[in-house]
Amino acid sequence: MAAIFQGVGAAAALPSSPSYSFDSNKSVFSPRRSFSVRKGASFAVVRSDGTVNLNPKDRRAQLLISNAVATKADSAAASSSSKPGHELLLFEALLEGLEEEMERDPHVCVMGEDVGHYGGSYKVTKGLAKKFGDLRVLDTPIAENSFTGMGIGAAMTGLRPVVEGMNMGFLLLAFNQISNNCGMLHYTSGGQFTIPIVIRGPGGVGRQLGAEHSQRLESYFQSIPGIQMVACSTPYNAKGLMKAAIRSENPVILFEHVLLYNLKERIPDEDYICNLEEAEMVRPGEHVTILTYSRMRYHVMQAAKTLVNKGYDPEVIDIRSLKPFDLFTIGNSVKKTHRVLIVEECMRTGGIGASLTAAITENFNDYLDAPIMCLSSQDVPTPYAGTLEEVTVVQPAQIVTAVEQLCQ
Amino acid sequence: MSTAFSAPNFSTQSLPLNHTSTTTRDSPLVFAKPTSQFLRSTPKLRLSSSSKLNLSRRSGTVVAVSDVVKQKKSKSTPTLLITKEEGLELYEDMVLGRAFEDMCAQMYYRGKMFGFVHLYNGQEAVSTGFIKLLKQQDSVVSTYRDHVHALSKGVPARAVMSELFGKTTGCCRGQGGSMHMFSREHNLLGGFAFIGEGIPIATGAAFTSKYKREVLKEADCDHVTLAFFGDGTCNNGQFFECLNMAALWKLPIVFVVENNLWAIGMSHMRATSDPQIYKKGPAFGMPGIHVDGMDVLKVREVAKEAIGRARRGEGPTLVECETYRFRGHSLADPDELRDPAEKAHYAARDPITALKKYLTENNLASEAELKAIDKKIDEVVEVAVEFADESPVPPRSQLLENVFADPKGFGIGPDGRYRCEDPKFTQGTAHV
Repeated sequence: MAAIFQGVGAAAALPSSPSYSFDSNKSVFSPRRSFSVRKGASFAVVRSDGTVNLNPKDRRAQLLISNAVATKADSAAASSSSKPGHELLLFEALLEGLEEEMERDPHVCVMGEDVGHYGGSYKVTKGLAKKFGDLRVLDTPIAENSFTGMGIGAAMTGLRPVVEGMNMGFLLLAFNQISNNCGMLHYTSGGQFTIPIVIRGPGGVGRQLGAEHSQRLESYFQSIPGIQMVACSTPYNAKGLMKAAIRSENPVILFEHVLLYNLKERIPDEDYICNLEEAEMVRPGEHVTILTYSRMRYHVMQAAKTLVNKGYDPEVIDIRSLKPFDLFTIGNSVKKTHRVLIVEECMRTGGIGASLTAAITENFNDYLDAPIMCLSSQDVPTPYAGTLEEVTVVQPAQIVTAVEQLCQ
Repeated sequence: MSTAFSAPNFSTQSLPLNHTSTTTRDSPLVFAKPTSQFLRSTPKLRLSSSSKLNLSRRSGTVVAVSDVVKQKKSKSTPTLLITKEEGLELYEDMVLGRAFEDMCAQMYYRGKMFGFVHLYNGQEAVSTGFIKLLKQQDSVVSTYRDHVHALSKGVPARAVMSELFGKTTGCCRGQGGSMHMFSREHNLLGGFAFIGEGIPIATGAAFTSKYKREVLKEADCDHVTLAFFGDGTCNNGQFFECLNMAALWKLPIVFVVENNLWAIGMSHMRATSDPQIYKKGPAFGMPGIHVDGMDVLKVREVAKEAIGRARRGEGPTLVECETYRFRGHSLADPDELRDPAEKAHYAARDPITALKKYLTENNLASEAELKAIDKKIDEVVEVAVEFADESPVPPRSQLLENVFADPKGFGIGPDGRYRCEDPKFTQGTAHV
């Protein structure tokens, strides 16, 4: 069941160089800047909060100029020791973020199946039990509803648990606790109890894992009031989102993807977090806005290469925050390009894409030159057979076709 | 053994109540054999006795015990279980619970509160017996039948009544209602509408207590958690899963089953393959105790042991309290299925009457003193109603306030500002 993907095919589907993606102001309550973008060149973006070496008072000082567009022109990540930061895989980034937060705050603890001695079925908690002990990294029996509820009770009484669903699908068994207690308890208690819990785990369609292990729970959880949902897609934002989720006073569900755990990227040495409510600009462009998240980001970027060769200039945004949507970043993009394509892994019905389509239509209808296109997975249980599985999810070729259609 | 398992039928035989007079801890208890035709369809229950209360044994070897009987009625040398002070405290708490619930019924029928309201009449001995032994930092987790647990834990009657009226001065600002009583100050962790969903929460609170002691090195942290739930819940997965985890990690928790024999209209006997719930404790490696839940003194003795065990770090205990609710499941329940003879049987064992009798017969309190308490409580309840009546309803602006602890969770709006910065947010009319 818990197959660990080593150097899996997904890596081959990725662009050769990961991009550094920066966004957001340091001070989250200040008005947002608009991005001024010139095609192909470097552009000024602002680092997420937590930037250490810059003078926090001087906002100008926070601008980092870098060639951050994910094109082949970017450095091929040659690991020279003169480069800042360190290279690691996505699961290591999650582990690093988790470990740093556990060191920083003794109330942070981990609960889940096989998180302790086994190190996590995807090695996200490797070594933590040795370092922090069996109580802080708790191996639970197989009782999702109850240990998630236990995590919530612990959160109410002062701890900051990180609950792992070995596979996100298993959290269906914890739906009672996630919906009723995690989401609603802060409200029904009149604000008396906070639930600073993080619920995380791998989901999404993997390599022939079968229908039940290939579910996209973000679509089921999105209506629950009182929770936030984020999806990580790069080592950089995985670590940043993990840390931000742990520090947040709200319950946060962090969606990882089974196929992305072995992505490699160079990330900064210093402490940083990624804002939970913000989207990430992956590739600025002019012709069309492509909104995506998690694994589909890489299918989109692959399609983007083809599109660029065909003369299109897509703007790719990784929405990252599945609930709530960052309508500022998304809106600015729509206002610029007037065309929207959503590429997601959720099913057609009731997925994140469906909600996003509604939100964009509601807020930015006037700016649209064409109806929003949404590419989602088929409304079928994910088949085991590789050929069938391939066609249930959106492939780069479909994305290219969709953009061509949209831009007619 | 409990008489509860012959409860459905009282028409053929009057059952000796085995907690009276001469039985002591060390003599075998008298049992009544069930003869009802109702039980003919269920496997014959083998009623066995066990004479010792062996909570102190290690959990792996503990065997289920039956009734705790400590009361010796002997005029010459009375061994009193409580002092006068304690007795009055217990009496007052039970009377408060009863008077409050009766007032709730009145208010409901007058249209002051709505929805599902579940009253606790008849079960006061369990709440009082257990909760009055707790410290403020100990936690209580309840179910939808939570008003009296809240009162016993120290939540003011005003705050509870106000919450029931849906007023902003309620303990949950009017946002929770009858089934969601919470109090951070008094460590009442809810109030849950779905049965069973509070048990993991209680397990988590107990986990925090252990974590504080062992990881955060707060050596004196011995906070105990009590989880209250009913007989119906004992067939639910969360119950079993939490018994397992609590015993596995020796969490400082007591699982208190308020077995009132009925889950709405489903008799415990019809729903449960083995109705003796206390036996399920040892299956998970913790002691299982059965106690007469209509007798506050017996409940208190068992509670002392169980809470003491938890405080000393010896792990959880499962306590099954045989009790009864005098009213229907909720105020909407016509309560037609229960046999009037059964109701009469338990009405005769009213815990408040029983305690009153004990106090007066043992010269711990006079009738006048008890009547004074009755009057005082009547006033408290009336004041609570007045307070609730006069309190304001929640304004529109309250709508969005407690959805997130950090309101940034509502996200960033199209204008670039966080939605919670929108002035309409504080008015409760923002588009989120």
